[in-house]
Amino acid sequence: MRHIISILVENEAGALSRISNMFSARGYNIESLTVAPTEDASMSRMTIVTVGSEDVIEQITKQLNKLVEVVKVVDLSEAEHIERELMLIKVRAGAKEREDMKRMADIFRGRIIDVSDNTYTIELTGNGHKLDAFIQALDQGAIIETVRTGASGIGRGNRVLRI
Amino acid sequence: MDRIKGVELSGAEIVVRCLQEEGVEYVFGYPGGAVLYIYDELFKQDKVRHVLVRHEQGAVHAADGYSRSSHKVGVCLVTSGPGVTNAVTGIATAYMDSIPMVVLTGQVPTHAIGQDAFQECDTVGITRPCVKHNFLVKDVKDLAATIKKAFYLASSGRPGPVLVDIPKDVTTHQCEFHYPETVTMRSYNPVRKGHAGQIKKAAQLLAEAQRPMVYTGGGVILSNAAPLLTELVQRAGFPCTNTLMGLGGYPATDRQFLGMLGMHGTYQANMAMQHCDVLLAIGARFDDRVIGNPAHFAQNPRKIIHIDIDPSSISKRVKVDVPIVGNIPDVLDDLLKQLGGAKTQDIAPWWKQIEEWRARDCLRYDRKSKIIKPQFVLEKLYEITGGDAIVTSDVGQHQMWAAQFYKFDKPRRWINSGGLGTMGFGLPAAMGARLANPGATVVCVTGESSIQMCLQELSTCKQYRLPIKIINLNNRYMGMVRQWQQFFHGNRYSESYMDALPDFVKLAEGYGHRGALIDKPADVEPALRDALARKDELVFLDFITDQAENVYPMVPGGKGITEMILSEEL
Ligand SMILES: Cc1ncc(C[n+]2csc(CCOP(=O)(O)OP(=O)(O)O)c2C)c(N)n1
Repeated sequence: MRHIISILVENEAGALSRISNMFSARGYNIESLTVAPTEDASMSRMTIVTVGSEDVIEQITKQLNKLVEVVKVVDLSEAEHIERELMLIKVRAGAKEREDMKRMADIFRGRIIDVSDNTYTIELTGNGHKLDAFIQALDQGAIIETVRTGASGIGRGNRVLRI
Repeated sequence: MDRIKGVELSGAEIVVRCLQEEGVEYVFGYPGGAVLYIYDELFKQDKVRHVLVRHEQGAVHAADGYSRSSHKVGVCLVTSGPGVTNAVTGIATAYMDSIPMVVLTGQVPTHAIGQDAFQECDTVGITRPCVKHNFLVKDVKDLAATIKKAFYLASSGRPGPVLVDIPKDVTTHQCEFHYPETVTMRSYNPVRKGHAGQIKKAAQLLAEAQRPMVYTGGGVILSNAAPLLTELVQRAGFPCTNTLMGLGGYPATDRQFLGMLGMHGTYQANMAMQHCDVLLAIGARFDDRVIGNPAHFAQNPRKIIHIDIDPSSISKRVKVDVPIVGNIPDVLDDLLKQLGGAKTQDIAPWWKQIEEWRARDCLRYDRKSKIIKPQFVLEKLYEITGGDAIVTSDVGQHQMWAAQFYKFDKPRRWINSGGLGTMGFGLPAAMGARLANPGATVVCVTGESSIQMCLQELSTCKQYRLPIKIINLNNRYMGMVRQWQQFFHGNRYSESYMDALPDFVKLAEGYGHRGALIDKPADVEPALRDALARKDELVFLDFITDQAENVYPMVPGGKGITEMILSEEL
């Protein structure tokens, strides 16, 4: 099963490698990993998407908690949560394709953020499925470059992760 | 310790002051460029004594043996680059067995980090997977607080080695010295008390058990829980087994003790493990050498209660029914209170079954042999020392025989590398143990292959007059490797024969010690008595033992714990 794990971690040099090391050393898988400081600059928040059986996920959360710099860990997928990912995608947009490409971006609520004679760069936010769907919907030959941030997540309603 | 206003100390002075504040008796180390200022400060004082080893691996094992035999934090100091890489084996050894240790390492100056400077290595990166935590101190102002944290982290919660990497320029920079009294870390708050509801459930299960079994590991030793464990087991009347790391947690000479369990555990301990209906696991982690194949272990239904300080040790390899996270003595205290009134079942039929298993006498060996049997040497050693020695060991058959035949009634007497299985551990660990326990009889049980992995420390023993007794069970083979090759590789003894062995007696003499070669069973006891009577001398006893002897019982890798190979003697 796919799980999305949120981690509050001390914003210290090496914390990221400690966490990613732990995953590789124990053979756990990382589908995506995002990290940035929170409103409190001394702390970072990390979102890791991983796949594993219930037992594996239990071990992952325990092993994360065991790391000295990890402040809190929550498996967001245990309850209602929201997940978002940002994608920037550069596509061919010459005179012929321009209209179509614009329409496509609109359908997916993407925004064109950079334009050149023959390209558009589109910004698209959503869950992973939506970003996948957009890529699928495009003529594969039209895609020049994509970059995705990996998922970030947050609990719904009163469900919060803070210290 | 109050801040001394206006007085600035150098980083090197701060390091030494921190060690003094921690009450450190011994630092085990080896100098080099990056730590010269620290060595200079060590030179100027005499509170913290430095033990100069002959190889950094020895420094770490010595600090480790010091800690295991005393419950104090072991401390070592090594230089950057090769000093650190030499120390890594020792650090990993301590990590696997959760030994509280602080490792101070020199580093190239901060401005040179990342420049591939002379003797630079990414110490924090290299050691990250084998420490509880590590730090690189880039500012002298953080030095004292970091060292304080290191001692706190190393010794609290599930203990482990903590490394502090100190660039050379930081040891020369100056700042006011202030050693914090306490440490608070929002990200690190080890629990002590166990969950009351869970403890109640555990007590209930134990009271209802028809075939109870207590299985304990290194956690009992590390947390000094042996007296409480003994009280609990004796009050309940349950059978008890210890892992290789847990020996001494429960008195081995007591009738309720079934011996060690696991790959080379006793028949009765392994059978009782498999067939019990309620298992109380304490400070143990169900590792592969202990319960064998977890699928086979799961074939017999039983309820499992697991007490451990580390939640990640619980339900890692075996699903448990009642997890209790907490400091073992605290939990046992509460559990004893809960058990107080409860009526337990009549377990006489269970004991009857266990005695039948025990009657197989699975450790039997040929006592009439004309060649020295290694088991015989250890039995005699036990007899002569009255079970009172601190015994360190290396890794191999001799280690298993020592665990089987030396009966440890008390904790912190049996010191071996159970987790990592590091050959070369025994001698330096014995040095640390002797320094921690002046006057104690310290014996290193080893094999002719293992002893050669840290042999250089004989020189350290000379310098510090450490009268260790080395029991070299010399079978001219890497015995444990040969045994596996005999059982599982069609008797093809690939590279497990040690040709061109040195003359160990001359070797010991070369280092300024006494040596003796013993090749007849009748000479075993007199040789041991003579060596043990020499209180001020290191004696290297080279016992020429039976080359073909195997360790029994044996559970082959991947098999269930009851699928034991027993000696042909049986
Ligand atoms: C550093 C290291 N290298 C290799 C091994 C693998 N190993 C385990 S036991 C053993 C043989 C040990 O031989 P010896 O010290 O003579 O003891 P014996 O088994 O003969 O009692 C070896 C090579 C190890 N445990 N540690």
